[in-house]
Amino acid sequence: MSSELRYTANTQLEHLHARYTGTGHADLSKYEWLTHQHRDTLSTIVGHPSLTSYLAIADGEATGRTRFEITERMVQPCGPPPAKDDD
Amino acid sequence: MHLYNLTLQHPTASPQAIVGNFSGARQQEIIISHGTRLQLLRPDVQTGKLSTIIATDVFGSIRSLTAFRLTGGTKDYAIVGSDSGRIVILDYDPRTSSFVKIHQETFGKSGARRIVPGQYIATDPKGRAVMIAAVEKSKLVYILNRDPAANLTISSPLEAHRNCSILHHIVGVDVGFENPMFAALEVDYTEADQDSTGEAAANAGKLLTYYELDLGLNHVVRKWSEPTDPKANFLVQVPGGQLASTERFDGPSGVLVCTEDHIIYRNADTPQHRIPIPRRKHPLGDSGRGLIIIAAVMHKMKGAFFFLLQSEEGDLYKITIEHEEEEVKALKIKYFDTVPIASSLCILKSGFLFVASEFGNQQLYQFQKLGDDDDEKEFSSKNYPAFGMAQPSQPLPRAYFRPRPLENLALADEIESLNPILDAKVLNILPNSDTPQIFTLNGRGSRSVLRTLRHGLEVEETVSSDLPGIPNAVWTVKVRGDEVYDSYIILSFVNGTLVLSIGENIEEVQDTGFLSSAPTLAVQQIGDDALLQVHPHGIRHVLADRRVNEWRVPPGKSIVAATTNKRQVVVALSSAELVYFELDLDGQLNEYQDRKAMGSTVLAMSIGEVPEGRQRTPYLAVGCEDQTVRVISLDPDSTLETIKMLDAGINRNQPTTFVNIGLQTGVLLRTVLDPLNGQLTDTRTRFLGTRPVRLIRVQIKSQPAILALSSRTWLNYTHQNLMHFTPLIFDTLDYAWSFSAELCPEGLIGITGNVLRIFQIPKLGTQLKQDALPLSFTPRKFITHPGNTYFYVIESDHRVIGEDAAAKKLQELRSQKKAIDEAVLELSLEQFGHPKAPAGTWGSCIRIVDPIEGKTVRIIHLDNNEAAFSIAVAPFEARGNELHLVVGTAQDTLLAPRSCTSGFLRVYKFTEDGADLELVHKTEIDDVPLALLAFQGRLVAGVGNALRIYDIGKKKMLRKAENKTFGSAIVTLSTQGSRIVVGDMQESVYYAVYKAPENRLLIFADDAQPRWITCSTMVDYTTTAAGDRFGNIFVNRLDVKVSDQVDDDPTGAGILHEKGMFMGAPHKTQLLAHFHVGDLITSIHKVSMVAGGREVLLYTGLHGTIGVLVPLASKEDDHLAWRGYYVPVKAVVDGDLCETFARLPPAKQSAIAGELDRAVGEVLKKLEQLRVTASGF
Repeated sequence: MSSELRYTANTQLEHLHARYTGTGHADLSKYEWLTHQHRDTLSTIVGHPSLTSYLAIADGEATGRTRFEITERMVQPCGPPPAKDDD
Repeated sequence: MHLYNLTLQHPTASPQAIVGNFSGARQQEIIISHGTRLQLLRPDVQTGKLSTIIATDVFGSIRSLTAFRLTGGTKDYAIVGSDSGRIVILDYDPRTSSFVKIHQETFGKSGARRIVPGQYIATDPKGRAVMIAAVEKSKLVYILNRDPAANLTISSPLEAHRNCSILHHIVGVDVGFENPMFAALEVDYTEADQDSTGEAAANAGKLLTYYELDLGLNHVVRKWSEPTDPKANFLVQVPGGQLASTERFDGPSGVLVCTEDHIIYRNADTPQHRIPIPRRKHPLGDSGRGLIIIAAVMHKMKGAFFFLLQSEEGDLYKITIEHEEEEVKALKIKYFDTVPIASSLCILKSGFLFVASEFGNQQLYQFQKLGDDDDEKEFSSKNYPAFGMAQPSQPLPRAYFRPRPLENLALADEIESLNPILDAKVLNILPNSDTPQIFTLNGRGSRSVLRTLRHGLEVEETVSSDLPGIPNAVWTVKVRGDEVYDSYIILSFVNGTLVLSIGENIEEVQDTGFLSSAPTLAVQQIGDDALLQVHPHGIRHVLADRRVNEWRVPPGKSIVAATTNKRQVVVALSSAELVYFELDLDGQLNEYQDRKAMGSTVLAMSIGEVPEGRQRTPYLAVGCEDQTVRVISLDPDSTLETIKMLDAGINRNQPTTFVNIGLQTGVLLRTVLDPLNGQLTDTRTRFLGTRPVRLIRVQIKSQPAILALSSRTWLNYTHQNLMHFTPLIFDTLDYAWSFSAELCPEGLIGITGNVLRIFQIPKLGTQLKQDALPLSFTPRKFITHPGNTYFYVIESDHRVIGEDAAAKKLQELRSQKKAIDEAVLELSLEQFGHPKAPAGTWGSCIRIVDPIEGKTVRIIHLDNNEAAFSIAVAPFEARGNELHLVVGTAQDTLLAPRSCTSGFLRVYKFTEDGADLELVHKTEIDDVPLALLAFQGRLVAGVGNALRIYDIGKKKMLRKAENKTFGSAIVTLSTQGSRIVVGDMQESVYYAVYKAPENRLLIFADDAQPRWITCSTMVDYTTTAAGDRFGNIFVNRLDVKVSDQVDDDPTGAGILHEKGMFMGAPHKTQLLAHFHVGDLITSIHKVSMVAGGREVLLYTGLHGTIGVLVPLASKEDDHLAWRGYYVPVKAVVDGDLCETFARLPPAKQSAIAGELDRAVGEVLKKLEQLRVTASGF
């Protein structure tokens, strides 16, 4: 692969990653992967009315409250990221 | 295995509702999204009743819905955001009574995904643009306009994306005719993702961002973005913009930001106003809990506007804004009323409030007043320093109100909703019923109910009065053809006729011209103003001036059957001859000179109504004793010529295009009469009951309908362009007729023995009659007892304080001499709900219900913060097979992650024939028992991820065997022989076996796919049908060879030492069928819905769906595959889609039928037959 091609392929990939949030890549850390999974799951719960209702009934909350708290949890569903090694 | 899916009851949940002038007429309509269905409702402004105009399946999941009107337009469109990756604009066409898709723009992948828009929709209040957004990042703006022909046009999308931002809400900002603006409530997580201390996430503030659509440059810019309260969750549009004519401002513009405990008025570059959300002061309530707004509606009146906001407890607040031009002077809030917690609120201009409640029935309220001059305390931002924004990070002092019964609103109508169904059973326990009933546990919290659903139409009786004798027939008749209401009721007895006049009272009249000394065979209002009576010896034609023209039967003969319409009379004589009369233009009844000899005694005859603008109906159907139905032409050229014969035993019939033939055997045949050649084709049969069928033509909503009387009464009518055939839930009728009077304009009159009954059918179009019994908490499960008809229901509610704990707490408060608002404790729980308690608090009870009487027999409240999760009736061999009720409970349960201080197995003895329970003992266990089942004289329990066998001991349940290798938590159990099928919360269905000699519980097969099981049932020894949390139903089967092999292994040593496959059990089950229903499946049963019918799989869904999966007898029935959501659909035909065939335009129908190589009639017949034979619906 010529360096030029590699260069364009990479930019394309980067572009695609920026475009499709949640897509994985080779260097994805476990934490990032898990966070993506959780965010996807939480958004699908919010997106399916019956799932939101189900959780709301189990929890004894209004569906509006359940939806709000699930959306809130999307900010950091798996806790803070692990500390970066300073290298 | 091939299955056919048929929905018996569509979902009734209402995740969203909108109001608008969708038909373009002056009247407002409501569109409700039922998740997978759209329903258009029209409220009757006079009566305050809602009627359904149409309901359409969308075969997708609707996530957002909004009404939209172009500038200067008079008609609203509905914009739908769904999981299709498309924006869809629907127009309701009143002509065809259907939703027409005007635009469908694709922007992304299908599915409810994180970054594919569809979750939120906001429109520009002036009708120029719409924003559709995803939960994260994506926002698209479409410009809507009209072309020269005044059609709605849509632009290409303009992007307003913002990476790494989670969206909570969007709303259109009212800026008048300046560039359209949208407000969004966002959180940016870029920093939170990088910061390992977690500080950034904790401080991730919410931003209120304005996106401006620059119409000149055709792009969207982020105009303004400011942090707002971090707990904000909801935005409400505030009116704004200037009127061109007066230059007066409609309002200050901007938005209301609803956040926990507060409401903030916000607009770019203007001071903020903040007010607290008043809350209830309940002695048992959790005072540390924040209160959020979950639904809101803004209403504009002439020169003014107000908001109704609803809190998560159901309280409505009225918000008003005091403003001078664009400057806000004060933001005010006061308590308005309390209604069920809504997913959407709609205010109609005619003074109604529609509450699309999130659970339970939907309600329509009428405004009595607007809460303007009551003594409810109002909180204004003027009374707080800096309009409440002196210290934005600090809460304002709490504001309180006292909830009270409705004052400003009055309930006008209610739409029954099954949402949510938490458990169901199909049983036939009601007396005098030949079809099973469906019992469902519905609702949530204090609005929960146990419902009995019976197939049939509800009947409302208005009059029931005893008669001197037993009549054999009844008719009603108008005196003149153009009258609205009936004038006479004619009752025929064995030896006479009684005429009653309908006025303020119903009383006997003499001088009507009717012969009273003989029984009557037929009565008809004929011509413009004449009446006709057919009796065994003649026909009396009573003219308007009471002159009577009588035609007498030749001596020695009598009339045995007669049929009439407005212009024609046919009578059959005892000599098996037909005599035909026709009204001429002068109003004279003329006999046709030839008599037709039938050769067999006539039992029944029928002619249809004269078609509009015609002289006669050309066909007569005659049923004879020799088991034939003959269609006879009444055309002048070929009068009384037999056209077609058909074998059948008879009773009476009706033809328009259909000829219905009732048989002595209780079977109804429906055939189609070909209008051109008079052939009878396309015969469909249906079993109605055990008595000979009698058919009567009646009017239902001024449409012809047929009452079929047998041991049950059936009504065949058309509603919303579809033919319905439904039994009436009413006593057996001997005869019936239409009845129309002022007090009962759309009624029916019937006789049962010697009782005359006048009744009406209030809810046409429904299939199920519902009776509800209120419960205290959210019901979880229920069970029947083999020896009695009681139901044992377990109810538990999270975040609700139990009876016992509540009493203790109140006593404590009283002993501490704390002031307690006693009035609040007196409030009806059904309207106001249980006070909210912290997480981990449970209210729970066991209830014994008598379903036949529809009442609660006994309630046993659970103490110690225990909540019931599972229930079983088990005979214990150790106690001589005496039946015990075992209830699985857990103390201080927390849901996520699931934990409890202790689980318990409570064992009860049945006393008083099952009407009461006596606690035998309580056994402590280590986790929440979610499933219990009687098993070989012992009990098998799913406790967390352990499957255990317990036997009863003196003081405790004794653990006998255990297997702890299940995936996450056991939720369902079913058994046959020594096989136990275990449904796991996340890991699908396991097949386990109990080997008694070695006392081993072993898993020998599982599913290759992970499934989040919610319910399961064994279809046969090797097959299991189960439903999962994502709305799928599937059928798994174990290889028969494996099944035999496991059964042949006496000790289970073989299974024990077999090598696992794919990190699981040694054998895998095979997927036989798979289908996505679109509603979360809560129960599944293998039942037969029709007496003698085949067994089907009946399932219920959380949102109120009830459906059946019908096994298709031959593979030839299997057509197309649809509905694969999470897994491609397999071996299930979507009956709902097939049934839409009946609604298609004829051209389309014949095209489809042509491709199937069938006639349209054949296709329709096939679909109907599938429905009828499987479900009886």
